[in-house]
Amino acid sequence: MTQATRETETGVNGDAAAVATKGGPGAGSGLRGFSRDDLHGLLADMLLYRRFEEKAEEAYAIGKIGGFCHLHIGQEGLAAGAIKPLRADDLVITAYREHTQALAKGITPRAAMAELYGRSGGCSGGRGGSMHLFDTSLGFYGGHGIVGGQIPLGAGLAWAIRYRGGDQVCVCFMGDAAVNQGSFLESLNMSAVWQLPVIYVVENNGYGMGTAFSRVSVTDMEARSGAYGIPAHTVDGQDVLETYRFFEELAGQVRAGAGPQFVNALTYRFRGHSMSDPVSGTYRSRAEVERHVEEQDPITILRDRMMDADLLTQEELEAVDAEARAASEDAADFADASPPPDPSTLYDHVYAEINEHGRLFLDGRGKGPAAGAGGPAAPGFGGGDHG
Amino acid sequence: MAEITYRDALNAAMCQEMDRDDSVFLMGEEVAEYDGAYKVSRGMLDRYGDRRVVDSPISELGFTGLCVGAAMTGLRPICEFMTFNFSFLAIDQVINSAAKMMYMTNGQVPVPIVFRGPTGAALQLSAQHSQACETWYVHAPGVKLVTPATPADAKGLLAAAIRDDDPVAVMEGELLYNVRGEVPDEEYVIPLGVADLKRSGDDVSIVTHGKMVHVALQAARTLARDGIEADVLDLRSIRPLDVDAILETVARTNRVVYLEEGWPFAGVGAQIVSLIQDEGFDDLDAPVVRVTQADVPMPYAKNLEQLAKPGVKAVVEACRKVLYLPAGGR
Ligand SMILES: Cc1ncc(C[n+]2csc(CCOP(=O)(O)OP(=O)(O)O)c2C)c(N)n1
Ligand SMILES: [Mg+2]
Repeated sequence: MTQATRETETGVNGDAAAVATKGGPGAGSGLRGFSRDDLHGLLADMLLYRRFEEKAEEAYAIGKIGGFCHLHIGQEGLAAGAIKPLRADDLVITAYREHTQALAKGITPRAAMAELYGRSGGCSGGRGGSMHLFDTSLGFYGGHGIVGGQIPLGAGLAWAIRYRGGDQVCVCFMGDAAVNQGSFLESLNMSAVWQLPVIYVVENNGYGMGTAFSRVSVTDMEARSGAYGIPAHTVDGQDVLETYRFFEELAGQVRAGAGPQFVNALTYRFRGHSMSDPVSGTYRSRAEVERHVEEQDPITILRDRMMDADLLTQEELEAVDAEARAASEDAADFADASPPPDPSTLYDHVYAEINEHGRLFLDGRGKGPAAGAGGPAAPGFGGGDHG
Repeated sequence: MAEITYRDALNAAMCQEMDRDDSVFLMGEEVAEYDGAYKVSRGMLDRYGDRRVVDSPISELGFTGLCVGAAMTGLRPICEFMTFNFSFLAIDQVINSAAKMMYMTNGQVPVPIVFRGPTGAALQLSAQHSQACETWYVHAPGVKLVTPATPADAKGLLAAAIRDDDPVAVMEGELLYNVRGEVPDEEYVIPLGVADLKRSGDDVSIVTHGKMVHVALQAARTLARDGIEADVLDLRSIRPLDVDAILETVARTNRVVYLEEGWPFAGVGAQIVSLIQDEGFDDLDAPVVRVTQADVPMPYAKNLEQLAKPGVKAVVEACRKVLYLPAGGR
């Protein structure tokens, strides 16, 4: 499905049309089934994600964050909608655009921001950075930088669940461009053969860097899983309520043994691919971006719906937003104050076990004989003027 | 001669070869409409059209194999990896197909392909995006490898790689793309297998390749302030390897430091040390010292990354060590 058709299916009003799903749970975009607290919770979550990443953007601009930094801004409905309905012991794995999924799975803003800053207080000790947020104690398995690399890993997490006889599910996110990797096809096949409890979710923002999906792919996204007998579903990722309801039901089905699932989650990236990439340019027009920001912002959509239903006042909104901003500021302050990793830990965690015999590290650093000891004097360099 | 960037020199080489040979085409991620992830192929889509400048899906194994297959029929693909890190997905096609095809077909099927893109670390890109990939490619007989360090070398070596009848990997550097230098305007080809003495000095030899040439030159300048004059030998081509040039510098200075960006284990330097001890042992006054990345995956944190990368100071100290001078150069 193209971005254009998606737009006709979603509206910013409370009565936005439901997006059809194939073979999956029914969906509807009303407030039905959500308590006031639920709604406020989802709004607060998404606002936190937004403010957190805006803070990261600011920090990047002044050099506090380096390297690649891929923002999820515009796609927060998926982090909240797909992860919040999961159980705490369910597993999530994704690619490098993962700050908000990490927050959704329970990594604190402080631990996430400190990781972006490369500090010891980060959730990967400062070793991973923006692309490699991890906290397996929370069921968050990263944070992977090679396009498609996490897909078989997701199958492996699901395999391990089944192997141990557990009833968790694994949600494995990927970008739309990742479905053209062989790892995707191989993983789908194995997941189907072994009926693994995994939900593959394509965050279909329409582009892989500067390449529109349709330019390098001929089939519709939903058609990708059919050959493996894996049910395909489409969900509007900008509609957090629809997404939440959908994943709540689907996760329940997978938990009960429905086998692997494939979800085409329609969404849109509001920022450039990474910090060095312009928001719009050769591959998409500024007008296209502006239209999406205007009409397809998951936060605005929820906000308007809640306000229309008299479930949110302007003052409440401002209070929630102030909290999100405060938490992001606090995260940045924490990151700033967190010390860089201790240099003496450089070699820690390369191996889980340092064996009794043999040498693991071959760079000879600090192992050579003291310089200047023994050996013939170098010709032409007598005297002590080289210190 | 004009002063242009390394990026534009690569572009010039591809255009030079595509102008003279219709069998040359460029394929890779973002190479056409986006002008290349690092803008190396800027303007080439307009100039050659989408028959010859082709955006691939993110399918490294697939498009690499496709390029190898096309090369098996005599086409001359330039297969661009956005970075060589991603070529690990395609390494099967590089090693099991491209490298071995000539041999196992008794010479029937040459594979005249170029694999190119940046290798090594840039700044804070963390473990999966920061690795020097040279060893993976030169380990297998059947693949050649060049690592241009300057704009002129970039043009000449890439052109030679495209003309070569074997698989040639051309490993560039993200941090090199903006480096400027004089590059011949006219047709320019540097034969593979010829090292280049980037600086000469008779006291110690720093042998290196690729981006590290610039680190070596900086170290040489530092050493010079203490009156130590270093040769900086840029291998330029790792396979074929200019053995004569290596032995010549060893014979002249008798003291060698090998500097490379990658890990030490089975690194390029390991091969060079082995070569020197086989063929230049009697010329040595000190054991060869290697300077490499720390034997760890590249960490993200700025301070750890700095510590892990081979830098000027480490090279200076290594040179002092082979000169049996006390540590603590400037
Ligand atoms: C194997 C591999 N090839 C290329 C890249 C460079 N790269 C990083 S992200 C990206 C685009 C991926 O797009 P998509 O999967 O749609 O995810 P999105 O960025 O839209 O979230 C590319 C080409 C990479 N990281 N890994
Ligand atoms: Mg995408």
